[in-house]
Amino acid sequence: MSANEDTPVTVNENKDQFRPEDHEHDHFLLTTVVGSYPKPKWLNRAKELYQDPDHEFDEDDWQEAKDDASRLITAEHERAGLDAVVDGEMRRNEMVEFFAHRIDGYEFNGPVKVWGHNYFDKPSVVSEVEYDESWLVDEYEFTAAASDRPVKVPITGPYTLANWSFNEAYEDDEALTYDLADLVNEEIEKLVEAGARYIQIDEPALATTPDDHAIVGEALERIVADIPEEVRIGLHVCYGDYSRIYPEILEFPVDEFDLELANGDYEQLDVFKDPEFSKDLALGVTDAHVAEVESVEQIEENILKGLEVVPPEQLVVSPDCGVKLLPREVAYGKMANMVEAARNVEADLDAGNIDIERGAPAPADD
Amino acid sequence: MENIKHRYSLASNTMTEYVSTTPGLFPLPDWAKDNLSDLKGHQKHDLISGDEGGEIAAAYEDAREEVIGIQQDAGLDRIAEGQLRWDDMLAHPLAVNDAVETRGIVRYYDNNNFYREPVVSGDLEASGDVAAELETAAELAGDDSLQAVLPGPYSLADLATDEHYGDEAAFLGAIADFLEGEAAAFPEVETLFLLEPSLVENAPEDGVDERASEAIDQVAGAVDADVVVQPYWGALEEKVYAHLLDADIDAVGFDFVANQEDNLYNIQEYGATDDISLGLADGQNTLVEEPEAIRDRVDWVYDQIPVSEFETVYLTTNTETFYLPYAKFEEKLAALAAAAELAEVKAA
Repeated sequence: MSANEDTPVTVNENKDQFRPEDHEHDHFLLTTVVGSYPKPKWLNRAKELYQDPDHEFDEDDWQEAKDDASRLITAEHERAGLDAVVDGEMRRNEMVEFFAHRIDGYEFNGPVKVWGHNYFDKPSVVSEVEYDESWLVDEYEFTAAASDRPVKVPITGPYTLANWSFNEAYEDDEALTYDLADLVNEEIEKLVEAGARYIQIDEPALATTPDDHAIVGEALERIVADIPEEVRIGLHVCYGDYSRIYPEILEFPVDEFDLELANGDYEQLDVFKDPEFSKDLALGVTDAHVAEVESVEQIEENILKGLEVVPPEQLVVSPDCGVKLLPREVAYGKMANMVEAARNVEADLDAGNIDIERGAPAPADD
Repeated sequence: MENIKHRYSLASNTMTEYVSTTPGLFPLPDWAKDNLSDLKGHQKHDLISGDEGGEIAAAYEDAREEVIGIQQDAGLDRIAEGQLRWDDMLAHPLAVNDAVETRGIVRYYDNNNFYREPVVSGDLEASGDVAAELETAAELAGDDSLQAVLPGPYSLADLATDEHYGDEAAFLGAIADFLEGEAAAFPEVETLFLLEPSLVENAPEDGVDERASEAIDQVAGAVDADVVVQPYWGALEEKVYAHLLDADIDAVGFDFVANQEDNLYNIQEYGATDDISLGLADGQNTLVEEPEAIRDRVDWVYDQIPVSEFETVYLTTNTETFYLPYAKFEEKLAALAAAAELAEVKAA
């Protein structure tokens, strides 16, 4: 099958709702980010002042600092040319802690080691989890007001929230995961009510325990229950042995899989060719763990890898993972080059200059 | 220490001695987490290299004194040094060795924890790094019984990459020689725990299981102390367990938190060492067990197995304890110490 036949561009309504009105090409490769972005240094300094009991920097000042950072990074994403933007998670400290602080049933007992002297306040679930205050509606509304572009909302998934907590209250992590999934569902309903149309569930814990994919699948069923069809739901999974979760994940009730593949030099790309990838693929085309900006040409080549798996209408272009650990100018360079590369590939697709064999390679003895 | 004397006086006939202990690798006290983060930094190249000095060494000394003190206050029957310097967890003894280069950050078993991949690129020689820790711990422990902790040879080989010895058997042999050398330099210790999670997590194949047992035997022979081999995160495969019993060791440990059925099966089918180590408190969960509940689990184990009496029963967490917040870690120690008291009283 080749993509250079002179056929009209196929429509993918769910994805095309994010197509800018003035998009210059017939083809549209939605460009976005996974979520996190380096915090401006002054924001970390502001946090220190806020946490210093002897300093006058108060709650209002801290709120203002976070608002400013959120506006700044949203604008930086726009400047890079991204089609769907995030505020870079400026208000979030860590991907489990942030949510655990907002859910009844969690308590904090102090920091635990991740590696070296990197710690996180791993929370404990001590009683049944319950929905209390909204988690992300304020963040979404602020970002949506700060930008004319569609805003994507990343949410840590229930499996990761369960797996990266101490479980003191539930029979097992599976039971905890399902209860948390119901809370995520409630939050998404509120986000949708506030206008959100693009939600990404982050499940990095699945990379450690791929055999639990059925639990993640069941949790997603609960997450999307009664969420309108047009709301785009993505699932982000970090680097792991994808052959252990594919093709099972195709059964998940999501529109898009956001996968880390650049970091492994696309060694695992073939995993997704057979059987046919039936969802949208948000392909990681720039490495979030290498502090060097890839060239536009390099990223174009990476985007073409995605076309070996899905046709252009199912392809979304994104970095491998959150980029918060990179120097900020490197993170920006990667975003800007990524968008430029995507637009170049769109132009080539429009011109019929791209001829890529898609799907599993035919056996040699055929 | 009064406890111990008291127990021996009770144990005039063939009484079981209950020994509360841990597999070591403690969390740093919170002040030390902050302090050492500032002194060392957060990146890969900031981690311990074995030749630290000045303020960093002083911070570790203070932290070591603190964790030895809390074990004494809790009334634990064995005092571990705490392995607070082991940034790379069980891979530490290699990570600080001259013949080893540390590379990228890799996952530590199935946990959300990472260590520097140690790549062995030259002839391994014992450096005395662990012995030096134990020397200072021995001074702090005073009359209390000191317990040494080392990775078992199979696990250490499994956590490392070999670019020097060439084949798996030669590498395991070199690691066993290396650990034997480290252990031989130890000051006097009452007990040595050899931690062998890889025997469960990456079970040795036919032939390798026998070599793993021989390697353990070799390291165990280097110390004049009771040696406990503690596998965890499940139960050993039958053959692996059977081979392990051939090693000249005093006790095998069982992780009854992660798996009850298969561990019981092994004991029922193959018997056990004269001493036994029971991992009955969860080293990876903040839920603190009641001492009575731990004691009841000891009774439960006895009810299930044909062996009527062990000489020594070690009561411990199933895994290392660095996964826990510091305050919960302290509570776990107290629960284990109290459980051993209860078991002793009941047995009397």
